[in-house]
Amino acid sequence: MEFLDALLRYDFLQHALLAGILAGVACGVVGTYVVVRRISFIAGAIAHCVLGGLGAARYLQVVRGWDWLDPLHGAVVAALLAALVIGLVSLRVKEREDTIIGALWAVGMAVGILFIARTPGYNEDLMSYLFGNILLVRARDLWLMVGLDAMVVILGVALYAQLQAICFDEEFARLRGLNVELYYLVLLALTALTVVLLVSVVGLVLVIALLTLPVAIAAQFAGTIRGTMVLAAAFSVAFTTSGLALSYTPDLPAGATTIVLAGVAYLAVIGLRAIVRRRVRQ
Amino acid sequence: MVEAAPVIQIEDLSFRYDSGSPVLEDVTLTIHELDFASVIGPNGGGKTTLLKLMLGLLQPTSGRVRLFGVSPVRARPRIGYMPQHAAMDPKFPVHVLDVVLMGRLGPGRALGSFSRGDRDAAVQTIAQVGLAGSEKRPFSDLSGGQRQRVLLARALVSDPELLLLDEPAAGLDQKVEQDFFELLRELNRSKTLLLVSHDLGFVSSWVKTVVCVHRTVDVHPMSRLDGTMIQELYGGDVHLVHHDHSIPH
Repeated sequence: MEFLDALLRYDFLQHALLAGILAGVACGVVGTYVVVRRISFIAGAIAHCVLGGLGAARYLQVVRGWDWLDPLHGAVVAALLAALVIGLVSLRVKEREDTIIGALWAVGMAVGILFIARTPGYNEDLMSYLFGNILLVRARDLWLMVGLDAMVVILGVALYAQLQAICFDEEFARLRGLNVELYYLVLLALTALTVVLLVSVVGLVLVIALLTLPVAIAAQFAGTIRGTMVLAAAFSVAFTTSGLALSYTPDLPAGATTIVLAGVAYLAVIGLRAIVRRRVRQ
Repeated sequence: MVEAAPVIQIEDLSFRYDSGSPVLEDVTLTIHELDFASVIGPNGGGKTTLLKLMLGLLQPTSGRVRLFGVSPVRARPRIGYMPQHAAMDPKFPVHVLDVVLMGRLGPGRALGSFSRGDRDAAVQTIAQVGLAGSEKRPFSDLSGGQRQRVLLARALVSDPELLLLDEPAAGLDQKVEQDFFELLRELNRSKTLLLVSHDLGFVSSWVKTVVCVHRTVDVHPMSRLDGTMIQELYGGDVHLVHHDHSIPH
């Protein structure tokens, strides 16, 4: 209840709560596509490349005095660029695709670390990018997040039929005359923007967990992509919100708390399902 | 007798993957309207490659493929394609109606959901393949035979003139296979059918033309197919599976 009192009193907690809800909704919609299309490795690579953008933008802002620039802008640019490069690699280079994506993963991150090392305030920045610091979300970040969220959800829903067809059976979609490559790149771009939304909430190292765990839980109950999205969004929002609430009093990192909650919930659901199945069989 | 119009025309076609040895050589083949052709041959003989060339998913190294007199890519709206159901993720969260509706997608549909007409066509086609009332069942809950029917419905829902089917009988038990074959025979009244099968048992008496693929291609009218040809194609040790609709010899 201490959290509720504080929530009413402090702006930064309200911002954090809103950021968690916004990220959760995008997570449900896009995370479902990521899971059914089996591109969580690619999502992970995009997340780590984001550090390059965050680091570069922070460097330009602090050292070069580009005050109008925000690390979040750098994150959007880096995520979209990474999505495009990785998308083209996975479309064009069928052999050694995983090697190339793994290399981009590490190089994007290394670039970020170099920039951050040259920027005063090294440790705080690096830690909050890697593991998230939802309490640092400011009002103007929220507006950008609302924009990204709206874009991701609107596109993810509007292109539902096409994206579903491409995830289910790419070859058939191609034969129906769909521009499969274009839709794949759109899907990666949506993934990139969702990753940016999640980075402020749980940090880029933990992004994959929040992108996949709520979907994995939802998939146990839902029979369609549509249903999985709605449930996964609800679970994501529940995790980010309760992660924030539970971490507040003992002063734990909110991002890590959120992920542990999601992991525990996933294991619990899988365990209960197994027990129920065995009961039914007996 | 009036010769039926050619639906598939392949002339002097050869195909090889990047730097490998030729998979198909000197293939010339014509399939006419309302034919029911079965493409048979040993695994690795080039059956699936031939099908992908017909669909325009692969480009011939030399020679050309024409469907309805145009390139395969331009002919795609008139083709219904049914892939092997084993290629699908069995846990994909999707119900029957959504799978069948994928057959109504096209380049013209930019955004938004399907129309009433699309849905009506899908429901009707689901009934046509014998799955009436299964619209909302999860694809993952279906048996192998039912999944085949759903994928057939997806191929049919655009009302194509030519149906191309890849291993439609794979993994089906004999009774289910026979029912499925009856369904194909019905469809053959108004559509040209070409199916690929590694299982000789699927060369039933309904098939009108047999296309034997083993790097080169021979075409035989069903009435003239006999054991010698089969032996030539597969090499000596062929163990023919006898079904009541299998090859008489």
